[in-house]
Amino acid sequence: MRLPHSLTDELIQAVYFLAALLFIVGLKRMSSPKGARGGIVWAGIGMLIAGLITFLWPGMHNDILILTAIFLGGIAAWWSGKRVPMTAMPQMVALYNGMGGGAAAAIACEELIRGRALANAPAVLAVIGAIIGAVSFSGSLIAFAKLQGLINKSLRYGAQQVVNALVFLTTLALGGWMVVLHGAAPSAIVIAFFALALLFGVLVTLPIGGADMPVVISLYNACTGLAVAFEGFVLGNAAMIIAGMVVGAAGTLLTQLMAKAMNRSIANVLFSNFGETAAQGGEIAGSLKPIEASDAAVMMAYASKVIVVPGYGMAVAQAQHKIWELCQLLIERGVTVRFAIHPVAGRMPGHMNVLLAEAGVPYDLIGDLEEINSDFESADVALIIGANDVVNPVARTDKSSPIYGMPILNADKAKNVIVIKRGKGAGFSGIENALFYLDNTRMLYGDAQKAGAELIQAVKTLD
Amino acid sequence: MTGIIALYIFMLAAFTGYEVISRVPVILHTPLMSCSNFVHGIVLVGAMVALGNAHTPLEKTIGFIGVLLAAGNVVGGYVSTERMLEMFKSSQDKKKGPQT
Repeated sequence: MRLPHSLTDELIQAVYFLAALLFIVGLKRMSSPKGARGGIVWAGIGMLIAGLITFLWPGMHNDILILTAIFLGGIAAWWSGKRVPMTAMPQMVALYNGMGGGAAAAIACEELIRGRALANAPAVLAVIGAIIGAVSFSGSLIAFAKLQGLINKSLRYGAQQVVNALVFLTTLALGGWMVVLHGAAPSAIVIAFFALALLFGVLVTLPIGGADMPVVISLYNACTGLAVAFEGFVLGNAAMIIAGMVVGAAGTLLTQLMAKAMNRSIANVLFSNFGETAAQGGEIAGSLKPIEASDAAVMMAYASKVIVVPGYGMAVAQAQHKIWELCQLLIERGVTVRFAIHPVAGRMPGHMNVLLAEAGVPYDLIGDLEEINSDFESADVALIIGANDVVNPVARTDKSSPIYGMPILNADKAKNVIVIKRGKGAGFSGIENALFYLDNTRMLYGDAQKAGAELIQAVKTLD
Repeated sequence: MTGIIALYIFMLAAFTGYEVISRVPVILHTPLMSCSNFVHGIVLVGAMVALGNAHTPLEKTIGFIGVLLAAGNVVGGYVSTERMLEMFKSSQDKKKGPQT
C-alpha cells in the first residue's frame, strides 16, 4: 500500500514530531520516582510509532531484511535484558549504548561508502558523527568487557597518549579528506577511517580503571546521542536530531555531575591513568582493629541511629538482600536506619540505588551526599559495606593525596564505624584509607554477604 | 532541511535536554541514563532508511548490521529501564502490599 507521495511524507513527519514529543515527556517524567515508570512507557510508544511509520518512507525496499535484522537484534537484547542480574546492569547499559553508537556509525558508513556526493554541512556532520559513533561503539564494548570481568588489567604503557593522539589525528585527517571529496571517497579510505576510529575507542578505554566507569558509561551515552543527532541531520530526520541532541545534553550533564563527585575533570578521568601515580600520600598512624560479628551486632542493635554506606564491594558480593534483612531487624528494634549513597559508588551513576531498590529498600530511607552528610555526627554507628575511597577522610585533610578535594561521605564523624571488607588491601586507587585506622573504627573482615548473614544471626540471638 | 533550521533544532533540543535532566533526583540516575539510552535508539529509524535504500551487497551488509545494532539498543534499553523502575518503591507503597 503506497499513499500519494506528499501525503505520506507529511504523515511521516507528523509521526516523527509526535515521537520526539513523547521522548521529551518520557524523560521529563523521570524527575520523580512515582512518574518514572510511566515515563519509559511514553517513550516506548514514541519509539513504536516512529519505527512503524518508517516502513512507509518513500522508496524503501529490503523490507524482509529490515524485519529480520529487527527481529534478531530485538530478540537477543530482550533475552539478555530480561535475565541479567541487577548487579550486572552497568555492563548491559554500556553494551546497549554501544550498539546505538555502532548503528549511528553504520548509517554514516552507508552514506559515505555509497559514493554519492554530499553537500558540505552533511559531509562534515556525517564524518564527525561517524567518529563519535564508532568510538562510542568500540569504547562501550571495552567497558562492557571490563565490567564483565573479561578484561582484568588496565593496559598502560609509556607513550600511550602519543599513540592515542596519532591514531586520532590520522582518523581526523582521513575524515577531512572525505569531507573535501564531498563524501565520495574510495571505499578503501572509508574502511581505513572506520577501522582507525574503532581502534581509537579501544585504545582510549583500555587504560581506564573500574571505579571511573560511571563517568565513562555516561560519557559514551552522551556520545551516542550526539552521533545519532548528527546522522539525523545527514538523513534529514528531525526525530533523530531532537532525540539524539536531548540525550547528548542529558548525558553531558550527568557526566559532569559524576566527574564533579570525584573532584576531577572529564579529561582527567580519560587521560590521567589514575591509580598509577596514586600510591603516594601521607603515612597513616594507628592500626586496624578487627571486631567479631557478635560484637558488631550488639553495637548496632543498641544504637539509636545507624547509617549504612554501601559501595562496589556490596555489589560484588550481591549482599544487598542480606543487608536489608539486617536493617529490617534493626528497624524492628527501634533503631533509625538510613542509607548514604555517594554519587560515584559502584560502576555506573546511581548503581547502589538500583541494588538497594532490588532488595526492597524504600527510596525514602536513602539519602545522597548533600542530604545525609550532616547526619553522621548524630549517628551511633556508620556501617561501611565494601566502600572505600568515597569515605576516605584524607580527601578532606591531606593535600598530598590524589583524592584531595573529592567530596566524601563523612562516615568518620559517626560515634562508631564498622567496616565490612574482604581483606586488608587498599581501594582501587591504591590509597590507604585513614578511616580504617581511626580509634572508633572496627574492621569486620569477610565477604559482605557472609558478614551480613553472621550479623543477622547475632542480632536475632540477642532477644 | 536547511542548515540553519537544523542549527535551531540542535540548540533548542540541547537546552531542553539540559533542563529536563537537571531536575532528576540522584536516586533515579541509573534509570534516567538507561531511559536516555533507550531514547537514542531512535537511530533505528535512520538505520531502517539506510538499509531500505541499500543496493549493493556491501551496502546491504552494513545496513543490516546497523538495523541489528539499533534494534538491540531499542529493546535492550527498554527492558533494562523497565526492570529497574519496577523496583523503585517508597515506604507507603510497601505497606499497600506487593500489587502496587
